[in-house]
Amino acid sequence: MAESIPADATHGHDVHHHAEQSFWSKYVFSTDHKMIAMQYMFTGMAMALIGGFMAYAFRMQLAFPGIEVPGYGTVTATDYNALVTNHGTIMIFWVAMPVLIAAFGNFLIPLMIGCDDMVFPKINRLSYQIFLLSAIVLISSFFVPGGGFGGGWTAYPPLSAKGEYNLTSLGSSLWLVAVALEFVAFLLGGINFVTTAMNARAPGMKMFDIPIVVWLIVVASILFMASVGPLIAGAVMLFMDQNIGTAFFDPDKGGDPVLWQHLFWFFGHPEVYVVLLPAMGITAEIMCVFARKKMFAYKTFIYTTFGTGVLSFTVWAHHQFVAGIDPRMANIFTVTTLLISIPIAEMCFIYIATLYGGSIRLTTPMLWALAFVAEFLIGGVTGIFLGASGADIYFHDTYFVLAHFHYTFFPIAIIGTFAGFTYWFPKMFGKMMNETLGKIHFWGTIIPFNGIFIPLFVLGGAGQHRRIYNYQHFPDLAGVEMQDLRVFATVSLIIMLAFQLVFFYNCFISWRKKEKDAGKNPWKANTLEWTAESPPPHGNWPELPTVYRGPYEYSVPGREEDYYPQNVPG
Amino acid sequence: MRPIANTRMAAGIPTGRLAVWWVVASEIVIFGGLLASYIMHRIAHPEWGDQAANTNVWLGGFNTFVLLTSSLTAVLSHKAATAGNGPKAARLLYATCLGAVIFVCVKAFEWTTEISHGYTITSSTFWSFYYTAAGLHALHVIAGAIIMLLVAETAKKNLELHRVELIGIYWHFVDIVWIFLFPLLYIAK
Ligand SMILES: [Cu+2]
Repeated sequence: MAESIPADATHGHDVHHHAEQSFWSKYVFSTDHKMIAMQYMFTGMAMALIGGFMAYAFRMQLAFPGIEVPGYGTVTATDYNALVTNHGTIMIFWVAMPVLIAAFGNFLIPLMIGCDDMVFPKINRLSYQIFLLSAIVLISSFFVPGGGFGGGWTAYPPLSAKGEYNLTSLGSSLWLVAVALEFVAFLLGGINFVTTAMNARAPGMKMFDIPIVVWLIVVASILFMASVGPLIAGAVMLFMDQNIGTAFFDPDKGGDPVLWQHLFWFFGHPEVYVVLLPAMGITAEIMCVFARKKMFAYKTFIYTTFGTGVLSFTVWAHHQFVAGIDPRMANIFTVTTLLISIPIAEMCFIYIATLYGGSIRLTTPMLWALAFVAEFLIGGVTGIFLGASGADIYFHDTYFVLAHFHYTFFPIAIIGTFAGFTYWFPKMFGKMMNETLGKIHFWGTIIPFNGIFIPLFVLGGAGQHRRIYNYQHFPDLAGVEMQDLRVFATVSLIIMLAFQLVFFYNCFISWRKKEKDAGKNPWKANTLEWTAESPPPHGNWPELPTVYRGPYEYSVPGREEDYYPQNVPG
Repeated sequence: MRPIANTRMAAGIPTGRLAVWWVVASEIVIFGGLLASYIMHRIAHPEWGDQAANTNVWLGGFNTFVLLTSSLTAVLSHKAATAGNGPKAARLLYATCLGAVIFVCVKAFEWTTEISHGYTITSSTFWSFYYTAAGLHALHVIAGAIIMLLVAETAKKNLELHRVELIGIYWHFVDIVWIFLFPLLYIAK
């Protein structure tokens, strides 16, 4: 067995002869980590379009109640519930997770640590197939009698536990099955990520020579593995409550609906960091490259990540301040929640210190990275109000909460993805994207994004409750000033969605270009993926690289070039 | 074809063993969530002790003994595999599987009796937990036994002997889960 064989000695010859593969084995049943990354990436993006379309439909209903929404039709109250529920579910579990963890993790981990593939390529493929199945189950739930699940993305029982309450009994069960399958897919993927990063590093690559983004994806995978278990158990329990009539969450038979909230948020809060950390890692890579500076406090950043990870398991009940928990417990969770803002703030300061004094190049990926920090900061700062139980009792379930978490999740899932995608596009496809179109797309996304959610903060502060079908039914919320803000948010959303066409057009024309103009290392970066061909062939390198230094040796004094790739001896 | 990545060992632990430990870690959290929920409820509802009194402690105890014995044969199998004796390792794995079969049969008998006395999964929250936790564990026993048969098939031919250790780690985990379940579900008053 391999244990006794020195690294790389036996299989080096395999890399060279890969016969031409058929379409199916190359694109559909591939075990190549880069192809699986692309499958995750494009499935995630397709799901983002579906989730975005849902947002368009229900925002139209909120701004212009009762109208025939172009491209959708009339949004009924049941539709509305299913749309808001599945918009949230899709954007978190079928967009942020697959794109940030699975796609970038698959693409980057082997390339950045200098090996030819994941340690278990077949498990990796299985992970994607289960994920795809989960996406199909979720989408199919919209076409069953009763329609898609309408109990909110947090699926609180008793509403979610009984078909006669949520009116979507089949839809709610399919929703649960889809979520559980998705978790299984990411558990398989996560085990691969962690094992690969721990064991398959290039010769010479020490723990602290690993690029930040790999570190953060690995920590995120561990957080996911350590937090999702109770929710998997919870999903099984809720499924049985729905379909067999067990009594876990049913107060009539001695069950406790708040138990679900604990299980859900014990996972749900770490989940924020599961998707946040990869986005922060992507941002760190981009900032070092385009500030041409060494990462400030690389080790501190990693230790801070560990601290955040540990703390993230101690804050979950800040989602339950109005669920009847003991006020003394609420105090404890307030303190832990306020504590967790410290490491995150520290990471933001590390970004700023990295930028300070650098020779900054405002390329499209750099703009996205800067925007990530700026916008996420707004999300973080507004979170402080909600983490404090005293304020949260007033803000709970208002649009203030909604705007807050969109200011965290949008920077993570959308801005982080665009940052990473535009930065690694040359590596993925061997071609440069158009910078002008990239910048148009950037501003066309960022400005309307703020246009959507700043009004929602105001509406939330004015007491607008979330998950309401038509505010005209509530005299306090039906005023024309409030309606104007809703219209403003909806129009901003439509503008933002329209600007995504620029992105797809840019991808398309860049991908269609005849000549591969990217070369191996268009950004003059240090990390190992830039020493492979663009795009890297199956096996990544003819001969796997050896590492001699850390990943962020930019502008080293006394060197002619301002970068110093990890694989250059000396 | 095994990728080069799979043959590397930068962390000093063989990749297969590392991965199995991570599998066990994520399984611990799944059972941990379920059992923590149960314990919290149990503390809040002392009257569940009366319902728990209807379980069969003797059969549960017998099953504990069966699982512990099967863990012993799993250890002996690993020892044989380390010594390079594939056929012996395979025989010991079959013995471990026999333990799994006995465990599941006893379980089936227990459940039939309980259900015939009217204690079903929908009777109360205690019984919901009882059947769900033990059922989830039984599924792990069955899955482990199937994987063990596959491992034994190759081990018989002296191939892939390192897998004997991997399934052994998993089997110990299944065993330990039962050691938690048995007192919590059967004995606790
Ligand atoms: Cu939270």
